[in-house]
Amino acid sequence: MSELYKIAIVGSGPAGMSAAAHAAKKGLSHVLLEKTDHLSDTIFRYQKGKHVMATPSVLVLRADCQFDAGKREKILAQWNEDTRTAGVNVKFKADVKSITGEQGAFTIELTRGEPVRAENIILAIGTQGNPNLMRCDGAGLPHVQYQLDDPGEYTDEHIFVIGSGDAGIENALGLAADAGQGNTVTIVNRSADFARAKKANVDNLMATRDSGRMTIMTETTPSLVEAGWITVDTPQGSSRYKCDRIIARMGASPPRKFVEACGVAFASDSPTAFPTLTPTFESTKPGIYVIGALAGYPLIKHCMNQGFDVVEYISGTDNLEPADEPLLKDKLKGLPGQRSVAEWLEFLRSRVEILNGLSPLQMREFLLDSEVRAYSPGDAIFIRNDQGSSLFGIAEGAVAVEVDPANPRITVPIGAGSIFGEVGLISGRRRGSTIRASEPTICVEIPRMAALKLMAQVPEARDTVNRITTERQVLQIFKSGLTPEDIKDVLAGAEVMEVRPGQAIINEGDVSDDLYIIRSGSMIVEKNLGGKPVFMSYVPAGSYSGEMAMIERTPRVATVKAAIRSQVVKLPAEPFRQLLERKPELAKRMRNEMQARREVNAFIEEQKEEFGGAVDMYSSVANFLIKQGIGEATDVLLIDESLCVGCDNCERACADSHDGLSRLNREAGTTFANIHVPTSCRHCEHPHCMSDCPPNAIRRGPDGEVFISDACIGCGNCQRACPYGVIQMDKPPPPKPSLFSWMLFGAGPGPGQPDYEWRKKAAKAGGAESPKLAIKCDMCSGKAGGPACVRACPTGAAIRVSPDAFLSVARIDKGAG
Amino acid sequence: MTQVGGHTERVRQRTHEGFLRYKGFRWAQFATALCVLAIGAYFVTATRLGRPPSGNSWLGYTLGTVSAGLIVWLACLGVRKRWITDHHYSLKAWVSAHVYLGLSLVVLATLHTGFQFGWNIHTLAYVLMMLVIASGAVGIWAYATLPSQLSHNRGETTRKQMLESLEKLDQQIHDVAQPLDRHGAAIARLSIELTEIGGGFWTRLTNRHGDCANRRALEQLRALPSSASARQAEALTKIEELMQQKAEVLALARRQMQITAMLEAWLFVHIPATFALLAALTAHIISVFAYW
Ligand SMILES: Cc1cc2nc3c(=O)[nH]c(=O)nc-3n(C[C@H](O)[C@H](O)[C@H](O)COP(=O)(O)OP(=O)(O)OC[C@H]3O[C@@H](n4cnc5c(N)ncnc54)[C@H](O)[C@@H]3O)c2cc1C
Ligand code: HEM
Ligand code: HEM
Ligand code: SF4
Ligand code: SF4
Repeated sequence: MSELYKIAIVGSGPAGMSAAAHAAKKGLSHVLLEKTDHLSDTIFRYQKGKHVMATPSVLVLRADCQFDAGKREKILAQWNEDTRTAGVNVKFKADVKSITGEQGAFTIELTRGEPVRAENIILAIGTQGNPNLMRCDGAGLPHVQYQLDDPGEYTDEHIFVIGSGDAGIENALGLAADAGQGNTVTIVNRSADFARAKKANVDNLMATRDSGRMTIMTETTPSLVEAGWITVDTPQGSSRYKCDRIIARMGASPPRKFVEACGVAFASDSPTAFPTLTPTFESTKPGIYVIGALAGYPLIKHCMNQGFDVVEYISGTDNLEPADEPLLKDKLKGLPGQRSVAEWLEFLRSRVEILNGLSPLQMREFLLDSEVRAYSPGDAIFIRNDQGSSLFGIAEGAVAVEVDPANPRITVPIGAGSIFGEVGLISGRRRGSTIRASEPTICVEIPRMAALKLMAQVPEARDTVNRITTERQVLQIFKSGLTPEDIKDVLAGAEVMEVRPGQAIINEGDVSDDLYIIRSGSMIVEKNLGGKPVFMSYVPAGSYSGEMAMIERTPRVATVKAAIRSQVVKLPAEPFRQLLERKPELAKRMRNEMQARREVNAFIEEQKEEFGGAVDMYSSVANFLIKQGIGEATDVLLIDESLCVGCDNCERACADSHDGLSRLNREAGTTFANIHVPTSCRHCEHPHCMSDCPPNAIRRGPDGEVFISDACIGCGNCQRACPYGVIQMDKPPPPKPSLFSWMLFGAGPGPGQPDYEWRKKAAKAGGAESPKLAIKCDMCSGKAGGPACVRACPTGAAIRVSPDAFLSVARIDKGAG
Repeated sequence: MTQVGGHTERVRQRTHEGFLRYKGFRWAQFATALCVLAIGAYFVTATRLGRPPSGNSWLGYTLGTVSAGLIVWLACLGVRKRWITDHHYSLKAWVSAHVYLGLSLVVLATLHTGFQFGWNIHTLAYVLMMLVIASGAVGIWAYATLPSQLSHNRGETTRKQMLESLEKLDQQIHDVAQPLDRHGAAIARLSIELTEIGGGFWTRLTNRHGDCANRRALEQLRALPSSASARQAEALTKIEELMQQKAEVLALARRQMQITAMLEAWLFVHIPATFALLAALTAHIISVFAYW
């Protein structure tokens, strides 16, 4: 039998490597298993010369390998050196296939070679996952590969690239780029078009095909691989081609299945959930520990610290001060009560209902992302119409909600243990009412991303938030002094529904009478006039729809469909009608609102009869904007092309108010009639870019702006996540001479973004390497004058609008111009 | 009472109106009122004095000072446009005021002169001012009519994309031209190497590209005797197609440059004349005080 190691570490990223180095330093018997032939594959795969950042800077590094911000190459070399001197026992090309057995006697099966045995296992395989494999016969042959490092490596080969995403297209283009290499390149796509890929890539692909340097096969799947040959099924039948190399780029699947197969349970079914862990990183399977990105800590420094800590825990230490202790201490200092960090954690965890389910380890991490604040009676926690999407939990004290903007003395209390701010969290809209502390209060403020993570980790927290949200949203929308007691019957039949973009919740002419509340996303209302659907209005999150049929018991007068992916709450009609009978004030209010909506509809219908053109224009402009994703925007830059003289002063103003880099590409983007939507951030209600930012650097500011803080590490995740292509990776150019020295003496490149040549020269003169970071519009955050692009436009062509203001009927009067 | 997380008080413009209609023609109204006032004062004084009041009457001094002040302020637009400060300002409002107050100078400065023109520095300043104003008026015409042409012409193609597709076409012509004989290859090279997209300002403004290399290459290509080899013939047809495409992209890009040039051309009079005006005006003011 083979040797039984004390610790086997799977994955040699920063987490696994640091664990192995510490085990080696402590003289523990260990083995580090790495599936590739080098350490730390994720970092190995960063683009050449990438500047790796060491954030958060306040966190001290506790590891036996060094790590400082610097070039990828330097860091990898450093780690090779560190693991060698520490005497780490590393096994390369050891791809772990399965783990069986129990603590003290695990057996680790590899895809190649002898199994490995160990008492404890540290899983540190990151979140990269495994590439999806080809499934046809012969897929295991050595000339099938799932990655292409250097396209220049291959010459005079017949190469097939399988896959229709950006990765596959970029590989194929790389292989065909230099005709001198003499490769015969074919790209194989299962479907008819390349819908998933970026337009620029597809255009490039078509041009390369047109010039005869590549073959594209669509609606084609590989059916057999043999040495030197490939057989594919095409719509015309099956054919066999000469083939020296196959590069399969068919996406990757996350490692969750593998981890679960090892016996490790995840916190919930949500795709964003992480494994359930103890404070010592032990999973639900005793003896298997999980650290690093897989455990939910995506920053290199965290990973390395955990590698060190987990080895300490396995070797029996139990009084290790966590590395983030000083961070938490700092965060909690100045609060009343003189508690230690551990006491604070326990205090918050036990007091705030939605935090009850967190483990102490999760609690620590949770608190790193959140803020604890103390308020005196009367302090405003947030003000009506503030932008904010964070959630608050009350640990001590109570708050009062000012439900009536006209009379701040009418308040509804919320007590200790409960939450507030959930409507902003779910809908992404501005705060609906002002909330003040009514006694000395301690709250924990949970930013949106942390709140979502919490909801994914702890199902009970998710249910609580959802229940409270629905109740409060109904109260907030209908106001009229309703109490939770009044709406109990209505809520009993409430149903939360997910709606796809374009899917209708109400169809014109249907006989149905439920009421809908738009919880997140937005809806558009359309009515069929003269055989054409005409845009009537835009319904943002936080309002209701469907009241006419409910109140009047008539068929639906218009179609209501989702502008973007949305969530609605369906309220059954009958209990609501009873509520209206009991609450005449509410009934009156709803009738008034219904009347107003009806007048808008009548106005449009009348205009349509008289000036069909203007209404059609309004309707088609609205539809165009919805198609451009305006339905999820909070603030978007539009350019009226009947006024724009193309001076690019907007871009120049943008560059000059943001370190010399313009975040706006005026010309790019789409146009309809005279409305142009340039490539510039729309400050989405639920920003896609925020979804996977390792240091959580993307935030929402007080004016609703989505901005990237200087915690950015330049990983490029947000750039990939933004569907509107508005994020660039770049480094700010060195400062240029002042405007006046340019005007008077011609010094420097003048206003606007300096050209490439000047930047290169100035950067060389300045020395010092600076990283490429994510850059996008921040709506001129913090500048008293507001967005510079709009201020600097000489003709008034550039405007910033929010969808509800812009998609209003008022525009029909102005000829929808 | 503290306000946690309140707004930074920022000015937001949400209204959608062009610079000419800014705030319901506020500056047009102001400028008109100014002119009416000046004309009224002029006639009242004229009847009282019995002769037209010229520059050295009190009205003349007032009008002269107002005019000179306006001119200096109008010239400051060049700075305001490029000086991106953090506080609130609206360049649209500036341009709106610039246009209408600039036009009012026609009345104000003319009244100031008392219609006494001659071959002197004073009249030179006056003429230069009228030149600046006239060019400004041309600019207004350009700003009012050309933007929609600019937008229609390009559709959704950006300048960069136009250049890229030209590059791509060149690359394709290059690739397809491989099997050609020397003569054919020379034609392909002519199109690839010698085609100038823009040229000098005048060429761009007039959009005359008579000796466009791509056009010449196309002509020569069409004049070529039909080729014996099938491979050659196929390549030639393909190249003709590509050059035709290139001609279309060129036409689009050049038209775009022409409109852009038209939107700028008047500024080449407006700005230098402004500097000349400022110089002549200084001379005028110094000279009248010296003469005094
Ligand atoms: C482009 C980019 C830039 C980034 N920039 C930064 C930055 O500047 N600063 C920063 O702090 N963070 C950065 N990050 C995040 C950081 O790189 C990762 O979060 C970190 O590498 C995670 O470390 P890990 O040890 O948990 O896992 P990984 O680094 O992903 O390592 C996992 C290792 O396990 C191996 N493995 C996987 N499965 C198996 C298996 N079955 N058997 C054996 N071995 C296996 C893999 O080959 C890999 O070597 C960036 C991420 C990206 C994508
Ligand atoms: C501070 C501002 C100004 C002052 C103090 C001023 C002063 C004068 C005076 C004193 C005269 C009378 C000279 C004479 O009668 O011989 C005069 C005439 C004149 N001014 Fe001005 N002026 C000013 C601005 C302007 C401006 C802005 C213009 C136009 C661009 C202008 C154009 C003229 C002309 C054309 C005459 C008539 C010259 C002539 O009499 O032959 N002045 N000015
Ligand atoms: C004596 C009077 C005037 C002076 C000194 C003056 C001066 C200037 C200056 C210095 C600029 C800045 C140009 C730049 O830097 O890009 C400018 C721009 C402009 N002027 Fe005038 N101007 C005068 C009158 C007028 C009048 C009468 C009009 C219109 C009828 C006008 C219309 C404009 C316009 C449209 C711009 C361009 C604004 C922009 O695109 O930024 N000007 N002028
Ligand atoms: S500043 Fe205004 S006019 Fe100039 S390019 Fe931008 S939008 Fe067009
Ligand atoms: S960067 Fe993209 S995803 Fe993020 S807010 Fe802006 S438009 Fe939305």
